[in-house]
Amino acid sequence: MSINNIVTKLENLLRSETKSCFVGIWTDEHQMIAAATKVREHGCKEFDCITPFPMHEVDEAVGISRSIIPWVTFFAGLAGCGFGLWFTWWVSAVNWPLNIGGKPMWSLPAFIPVIFELTILFAALSSVGAMFALNGLPKVDPPVIDPDLTCHKFAVYVLESDKAYDKAAIEKIFSDHGAETIKMAEI
Amino acid sequence: MIKRRPLIWGKKTYKDITDDICELIETAPGPKYYMALLGAKSVFLFYLAVMGTIAYTGMGLMGVNSPVGWGTDIITFVFWIGIGHAGTLISAVLFLFRQKWRTSIARTAEAMTVFAVMTAGIFPLLHTGRPWLAYWLLPYPNQRGPLWVNFRSPLVWDVFAVSTYATVSLVFWYVGLVPDLATVRDRSKGVWRKRIYGALSLGWTGTGRNWNNYEMVYMLLAGLSTPLVLSVHSIVSFDFAVSQLPGWHTTIFPPYFVAGAIFSGFGMVVTLMCLIRALVPKFKHYVTLDHMEVMNKIIMATGMLVGYAYGSEFFIAWYSGAPYEQYAFINRAVGPYAWAYWIMITCNTLIPQIFWWPKARRSIPIMFTVSIFVNIGMWFERYVITVTSLHRDFLPSSWGMFKMTFFDFGVLFGSFGMFFTIFLLYLKGLPAISIAEVKPVLSVGREEGDKIDVHQ
Repeated sequence: MSINNIVTKLENLLRSETKSCFVGIWTDEHQMIAAATKVREHGCKEFDCITPFPMHEVDEAVGISRSIIPWVTFFAGLAGCGFGLWFTWWVSAVNWPLNIGGKPMWSLPAFIPVIFELTILFAALSSVGAMFALNGLPKVDPPVIDPDLTCHKFAVYVLESDKAYDKAAIEKIFSDHGAETIKMAEI
Repeated sequence: MIKRRPLIWGKKTYKDITDDICELIETAPGPKYYMALLGAKSVFLFYLAVMGTIAYTGMGLMGVNSPVGWGTDIITFVFWIGIGHAGTLISAVLFLFRQKWRTSIARTAEAMTVFAVMTAGIFPLLHTGRPWLAYWLLPYPNQRGPLWVNFRSPLVWDVFAVSTYATVSLVFWYVGLVPDLATVRDRSKGVWRKRIYGALSLGWTGTGRNWNNYEMVYMLLAGLSTPLVLSVHSIVSFDFAVSQLPGWHTTIFPPYFVAGAIFSGFGMVVTLMCLIRALVPKFKHYVTLDHMEVMNKIIMATGMLVGYAYGSEFFIAWYSGAPYEQYAFINRAVGPYAWAYWIMITCNTLIPQIFWWPKARRSIPIMFTVSIFVNIGMWFERYVITVTSLHRDFLPSSWGMFKMTFFDFGVLFGSFGMFFTIFLLYLKGLPAISIAEVKPVLSVGREEGDKIDVHQ
């Protein structure tokens, strides 16, 4: 068995299940935003846009609420700070107290730099971890609807499982706003 | 009304941006690139040989001795850590201030940070003389008591600061890379190419919900990196300032070190950007003369900040009335290391003054030369601080001199080989300009009249 086959088998093993969806693709982002707004007005909930760069209009059009990551950052920072405080105290004053230059065993001002760095470290790594978790990353080899969607094209997709899913109506919204490609795809 | 000048020149479309930036990754680079890589790699191999010899034989090969116990290793460590600071400043601080011009240079500046910190991190380990015991720097349960580290020591603060800085910078840089790696993945033709970039991009798709979380985490990382970067060089300065030595024991050190770090870092960014513009002519549309001019203004401003710090140190030494403190500073300016002191003053405060002239700010040969002088000057700043304070302290009977040996010069020179080897490999392997960040600023400064179709 060649390496190629082994990797392919591994990929198939780790690949997550996909859902089928109905996609419209644009090269003009304003048309795409207008279409997304209409899809939302139609009553769809399980739909989203795919854009090559962040666009704030998408949040409004799709109705995405503010990310919860700041809470993760706050509590992780708090945990880092608390851990640093406890650890420096436990090491220096409890587990192995050493008299260094006659300073107090628990010399808090001198521990602040370490506590500060631990606060930042915990907060930063947890925030990134939360972003990965919320976005479902890492994903093994997700289906690519159109390779240009990470370059210069914009898409709106509606999952088939959506309660308000109505293929004809959505197709009309897409074509009314001048979608270049309208197709079924996996995501 | 003052019109904004376009950030991206050449009337690009979204597709042009992707094509231009990915070209270097997808095609064989020219002979200039290979020459540069060969040169850098040779110096890197030399560096490995020099470091190996020092680690095998012992620290006696280097110039450090009593009374100058901190030499090239610590000087060059502070130098490289300082270089890294401009990267975080561009990627984090300018991001928080909504400076849109940062988008073109942020990726490479951040890469510079990561590689500079990697280069810097080796020096303290080498300086310990027994780099294979480097893990003793970390607090971990052990069979020696357990014997923990001393959290009251600035050197331990430094371990925490530098390792946190390295980790957070790397993560910040990588998070920024993820969408661009997905772009490269979707363009790649070969199976393995697709697999490698696919794995690196972690399966990024770019849905609205993805971007929403992504932008939030990017802003949070910028907000966390800003105090972090200030803390790192403050803590590096504590290595000196917390001791009782005249010339080191001053309260001005943290801001003075941070300003110097930003100054030297921008010097290195300008050096690298001049090289990239020469290596990849297409990037001149992204890293434009306007970008270079802004960076040169920052160099001049921070150069004057460090100049002010040099003056302030002298004033405080005089004003303190402490004879040892006064002697330390007079000795710097007229003592046996006066040559180093005046190199520092010339390179850091006098030469950048040429940027008062707009022509000089916009001339590539001039800014390249100045940026090299800034780097030389900032290395000498750390040399002056470290060596002049140590070589003559309180007792004249214990005075001495510091002489650099072949091995000192070897590690200093060789570290550039390491930095440039990694940097050149990065240029070839990863998108050197942030594709997803440049696209949204495409419309900046484009006039209504010549508003071209960005979609083609």
